[in-house]
Amino acid sequence: MYLADSRGSKAPAAPDNGLRPGRRVAAVPGTVLALGAVSLITDISSEMVTAVLPLYVVAALGLSPLGFGLLDGINNGVGALVRLAGGHLADRGGRQHKAVAGIGYGLSALCKPLLLLAHTLPVISAVLALDRTGKGLRTAPRDAMISLSTPPERLGRAFGVHRAMDTTGALLGPLVAFAVLRFTVDGYDAVFAVSGCVAALGVLVLVLFVPRQVASRRHAPDAPGPHTSPPDPAGSGSPEPRATLRDSVALLRRPALRRLTVCAVLLGLTTVSDSFLYLLLQRELRLPVHLFPLLPLGTAAAFLLLAVPMGAVADRVGRRGLFLAGHGFLLLAYGLVLLASRNAGTSVVVAVLILHGAFYAATDGVLAAATARVVPPQHLGAGQALVGTGQALARFVCSLGFGAAWTLWGGRTALAVTAAALVAAAVAASFVLRTADEVPV
Amino acid sequence: MTRTSRLMILLVAVLLLGAAGTGAVLHAANRSGERNQEQAGGAPVRTGTVSLRPDGGRRLLVRNLAWGPHRDEIASVPAGRPDGPRTVSGVKCLRFHAAAGTGICLQARHGALEDTYRAVVLDADLREVRHYPVAGIPTRARVSPSGHLVAWTVFVSGDSYAGTAFSTRTSLADARTGAIDDNLETFSVVKDGRPYHASDINIWGVTFADDSRFYATLATAGQTYLVQGDPAARTLTTLHRNVECPSLSPDGSRIAYKKRVPGAPADAPWRLYVLDLHDMTETATAERRDVDDQALWADGSTLVYALPGDYGSDLWTVPANGTGAPRRLMRSAVAPAYLG
Repeated sequence: MYLADSRGSKAPAAPDNGLRPGRRVAAVPGTVLALGAVSLITDISSEMVTAVLPLYVVAALGLSPLGFGLLDGINNGVGALVRLAGGHLADRGGRQHKAVAGIGYGLSALCKPLLLLAHTLPVISAVLALDRTGKGLRTAPRDAMISLSTPPERLGRAFGVHRAMDTTGALLGPLVAFAVLRFTVDGYDAVFAVSGCVAALGVLVLVLFVPRQVASRRHAPDAPGPHTSPPDPAGSGSPEPRATLRDSVALLRRPALRRLTVCAVLLGLTTVSDSFLYLLLQRELRLPVHLFPLLPLGTAAAFLLLAVPMGAVADRVGRRGLFLAGHGFLLLAYGLVLLASRNAGTSVVVAVLILHGAFYAATDGVLAAATARVVPPQHLGAGQALVGTGQALARFVCSLGFGAAWTLWGGRTALAVTAAALVAAAVAASFVLRTADEVPV
Repeated sequence: MTRTSRLMILLVAVLLLGAAGTGAVLHAANRSGERNQEQAGGAPVRTGTVSLRPDGGRRLLVRNLAWGPHRDEIASVPAGRPDGPRTVSGVKCLRFHAAAGTGICLQARHGALEDTYRAVVLDADLREVRHYPVAGIPTRARVSPSGHLVAWTVFVSGDSYAGTAFSTRTSLADARTGAIDDNLETFSVVKDGRPYHASDINIWGVTFADDSRFYATLATAGQTYLVQGDPAARTLTTLHRNVECPSLSPDGSRIAYKKRVPGAPADAPWRLYVLDLHDMTETATAERRDVDDQALWADGSTLVYALPGDYGSDLWTVPANGTGAPRRLMRSAVAPAYLG
């Protein structure tokens, strides 16, 4: 029973080894559903705030929010580093995943009532930075718990289910926020209060329904063959060697993880940030400006619908392959933007957004699943953080470079160069990953 | 802990948190009800006809922020008696400006799921001539002295998680033909004498000299500039640094603007300055508080601007030449425009 917590109490969802044929429900362990529910609830809370914050700053406080943007880059960098710390802390002392994730979710929940008191830009920025810290802390231990609770051959689907639930929350958040605003007529404090209540509920679901220690469903990284044997009988209670910082760093000496990290970074360097892509889409296709805010919703909807099927496909055809195929979708999206005529119409926009969502569906959870496969259980937090942070920093570098290229050559040329670089990176990555497959495991 | 006790705890928590959330929403909704009640001691408001045509006297038009059923409507007062009774028009705007029989009104449209915004060109009777959808939250609006051109700025923000990358979008439209330049960022920029390209350009706060020349703020690489714009040639030329929200004096010789002053607190970085366009000298006004507004010239020597007040904001005046002291012109009002 991989769902048991350390006190040996009953798990919230029916424990199931997930391997019995004919039981589709069992494909996703209860822990993953619980973590998915936590993410869903937390994302409703965060996206409520995100959706109304610009309005609050401009309409209610009468401020110019431009100063915010400057802090955003810094916050992103800090968030990536905090993620490394979160992953490492979670591995220390024999799997503190739930505790570290709980602190992360708790920090972000605390930020919502703090917004009620923040009326100036520096204070609001500080609260947002704290929120980012919470997000950075919780990401790696959460992915580690999903990895630990799922049999290896189901990892893709499990991460797909988690990401789909997460995105559902992200799509619901703005709807809830605008409903509250509508009912209260500019009741921003009510939005922040409701958001705080929702966030507290998310933390509570984590505390109540996610087991304190997730026993490993796995024996060894890259273990071959079907995993039909029962889980490690030592299970939840057995003490594991403490993960030290050196161990975490030494993770990169594992060839399989190093290859995966290299590929994530390589491809991350050619992944244009969402906002740049939407801006290009809007400009190149002469999209009416009022449709601009809808573009991220299109990507999110496609991501939501495709995350589970893509995860399931990844489990069948191989995660590395699908990770590469996902970047093929991104390349197609770039190509469509580049080739479409200026009056191409909405069908091209829809196609680009579907491809963009498919790219996320085929790479986001799938990369986490692939990572889980090549990291020993006691280092899953650090391993997930390493790959995730590498990818995030690479994308940040890409944004800086893309901004500069746009300045020098114009947006279209910048995208064409990025597309060419993406082809090169994908070819290189496919060689690197093919090598990985040739290594006997 | 058994599964039942966990579910019980969850149920109790859902009830408690639900009650807290509902309480917050009801409290806020109740408070918004109060806003529809006129406040004792507030400015007297009367319904009537507001026109942009000359009527012999000088008038001040504002967005009325006084609580009551006419909150947010465009209101008119005699320029000499700003604290007198307000004649409200029934037209609601977040931002407003008018000149020579043309009005520009930036409105919110409350949709089922989300607010949308539009820029509405108004005729002299405040009737809609045409409207344009806009991509974000309205912040600035101006009409050229002839009434032929209108410009507005909105804030656009991304929807990504905790995304805080705000940017501005400024549009310029011909009130007569409806032709529109949707985004001034597509104009060519000449910075310090050389062509300049950057992806991070933001433009806001247009002020018109006439139909062939305007001024605005251009921001790039963490620096703001005063730019002179040419709508026909579609160019923007930098003139001076550290100038935001310019406002041209009636004789076209000076620019009132908010300047980011060193040493000011980060949450209140701006002071109201006046720039002489002939010799580029800067004069600090006697207003020592933080001004985050596009000032308006009441005449050749006095500036009007909004500062936070009990009901959103109040209008204040200060002499443009650095002398005197700030004086409150009008309570609970924003977005002023003088007519006549």
